[in-house]
Amino acid sequence: MKRLVGIVGVGQTHHKSRNADCNGQELISIAVKRALEDAELTIADIDAIVIGNMDHFESINCADMWSVDGSGSYMKPIMKVTTGGTTGSAIGHAGFYHVASGLFDTVLVIGWEQNSESDTTAAISTCFDPITEREYSAGAIGPLAAQYIAYMSKYGATEEDAALVSVRDHNNAALYNPYAHLRQIINVEDVMKSPYISYPIKLLDMCPRTDGACAVIFASEKKAKRITKTPAWIIGVGDCHILVHLADGIGLPNLPSLENAARQAYRMAGINDPFNQIDVAELYIPASTAGVSWMEALGLCEEGGGPRLIRSGITNMGGKLPINPSGGVLATNPIGATGLLRIGEAALQVMGKAEKKQVEGAKVALATGFGGCFWSDVTVLSSSPSLE
Amino acid sequence: MDRVGIIGIAQTKYARYNPASHAELAYEVTVRALEDAGLTIEDIDNTVTVCNDFWDGRTISCMTITEATGSHRVPTTNVEGDGTYGALMGLMHLLSGIHEIALVVAQSKVSEGIPSVITNAMFDPVYERVLGLDAINSAALQMRSYMSKYGISEEQCARVSVKNHKNAKANPYAHLPMDITVDDVLKSRVLADPIKLLDTSPISDGACAIIMARERTAKKRHARPIWIRGVGHCTDLYHLGDRDLTEAPALALAAKKAYKMAGIHNPLKQIDVAEVYDAFSYMELMWIESLGFCEPGHAGEIVDSGMTEMNGALPVNPSGGVLAAHAVQVAGLARIAEVVLQLRGEAASRQVEGARVGLAHGIEGACGQGHCVFILEK
Repeated sequence: MKRLVGIVGVGQTHHKSRNADCNGQELISIAVKRALEDAELTIADIDAIVIGNMDHFESINCADMWSVDGSGSYMKPIMKVTTGGTTGSAIGHAGFYHVASGLFDTVLVIGWEQNSESDTTAAISTCFDPITEREYSAGAIGPLAAQYIAYMSKYGATEEDAALVSVRDHNNAALYNPYAHLRQIINVEDVMKSPYISYPIKLLDMCPRTDGACAVIFASEKKAKRITKTPAWIIGVGDCHILVHLADGIGLPNLPSLENAARQAYRMAGINDPFNQIDVAELYIPASTAGVSWMEALGLCEEGGGPRLIRSGITNMGGKLPINPSGGVLATNPIGATGLLRIGEAALQVMGKAEKKQVEGAKVALATGFGGCFWSDVTVLSSSPSLE
Repeated sequence: MDRVGIIGIAQTKYARYNPASHAELAYEVTVRALEDAGLTIEDIDNTVTVCNDFWDGRTISCMTITEATGSHRVPTTNVEGDGTYGALMGLMHLLSGIHEIALVVAQSKVSEGIPSVITNAMFDPVYERVLGLDAINSAALQMRSYMSKYGISEEQCARVSVKNHKNAKANPYAHLPMDITVDDVLKSRVLADPIKLLDTSPISDGACAIIMARERTAKKRHARPIWIRGVGHCTDLYHLGDRDLTEAPALALAAKKAYKMAGIHNPLKQIDVAEVYDAFSYMELMWIESLGFCEPGHAGEIVDSGMTEMNGALPVNPSGGVLAAHAVQVAGLARIAEVVLQLRGEAASRQVEGARVGLAHGIEGACGQGHCVFILEK
């Protein structure tokens, strides 16, 4: 019999471009303390810890060992998981498996990044094959740009469609999320007038890089029910790292890994009509363009239906399926924490603890992670242990 | 704990330099572990890779071996740490009941990096790195404090090296099988006093893979599954100055958890063979104390008595251990693979007769800050 796993606490730092007040351990410590306070637990209640970041952003080897003063893992089990941009969602899933295995009851998961300490694009560029790809690849922006060019030409989407996503997410962050890094009210014209960084992606279409940390506490059914009246149950997980070479994915208009991971997670969760069964989504959208072109992979619209979905306003706050009430990745991107923030924000929604960003009556939430080489992780959370 | 069995293993031969790429190393052990298990890649429904961006010289280093391990086909994750931690992640995938057969692959090409620079990056960037600390000179601090606290001699540490290099002669995968004497070790070049060249593990390229399955599948698919009966991992403080380097309390606690799970009350009596992470000769002595095979400070006498030799009461590192092959990240997973061979009775001329229960151990960080212990049973 599969064991139930619930999220019982979420904590995060106030994210910013450069957090000069903190070193990495202190950044981690803030998120951990806030998660423990949220769950009304102490570090003594934690059985095991999972941590993740991307090594070359801070140049710390064995960050699991280094983190001890901040993560509270002294004389506790700690494990490091890292999969690139999907690190945050991968550690969330690792935390889920820690509890689902029956080996641990209460598990603290920590994602963090101090991006101000690195040249983000230079560090990302070393992920590509040193002989065939590294020479001409330039971080994460170019491949995403190429993908939207393909999507626009195939389905008639526009740059303005992407701008609508950027406006939605930035404004959500500004209005509802006190922790977000970029909190600015913008309009479509602002996005369209911002400088191109890689056609068709403009400055306001692209996520920032952020200093920040997020901590989420996972618990077994028995513990979760004792800790809170409103755990966020993990009812579906899926991972797909389908591509390996940049060239495999660069010309594709869609995101096959997201479709595959969503299929796995939906099957486990019993979701067959995602658009109607999901109440709110926190999606890892690294560029606004992906907020248009990846919607069909999640089954939220028909093939090529991204522009229709976005233009309709359905995904705005107050719409039928609000996406990224927190402002998402376009507003906040501490890379190793980014995917975990999606899971944490989705959990807060179904726990009814999202405060100003709360989607009324949210019972089922979707969280995604993106990274690596067009890889995806998907998590489905629910206020009840299983769907009716 | 539900039963999970190891049904496939493979290692490359370890060498100072292997011209194969990271992916080729991973592919070799993936294919051979599948053959060993009598499975095809279609049978694998989840994978765990073990890659480290520093050692691999690349961001998102798991990308390097995604295809070679078939990880693009199935749910996968990447553990950055010793291979034993990767095996633990795979175990959790199976115990969740969500997955049935897991493949865990670790690879390392230490020859491509500069170990002193890479291990220096384990230390605090502001206060400690400028001191030039690395894996070897930090271990020297530990060896010196351990020796002075308990009166352990350099000769006793050297005896571990002599034993393990000799054992390696029976291991076709070992990198450094050698006949050496205590005198050879003592006279070898000093790297960081009291650590000498022959107290140190080599720079090795290599890979290891294991395949695990839930009980029913394991029994159906393999004649001799080796069962995982206990596991524990634990972490000590970060700064060397905050720790008592002469003790490994994190290992003692990890072992306590693993023993409890496996029903082991008297490790020396109940465990037939141990493969421990002897990155340096003295480490084997420290680790067997913390694992409860003897009282603290008495490992020197144990090695003098011959108890840990091949024909002793508790053969330690029949494979030659990490002193005979040290592909970083891989080494702990290789300890598991070697124990599996022992319990299957397939360890050829390094076989410990009648071995039924074995212990495999991995470390993480400087001076064994983190530890992971597996108890396996036939």
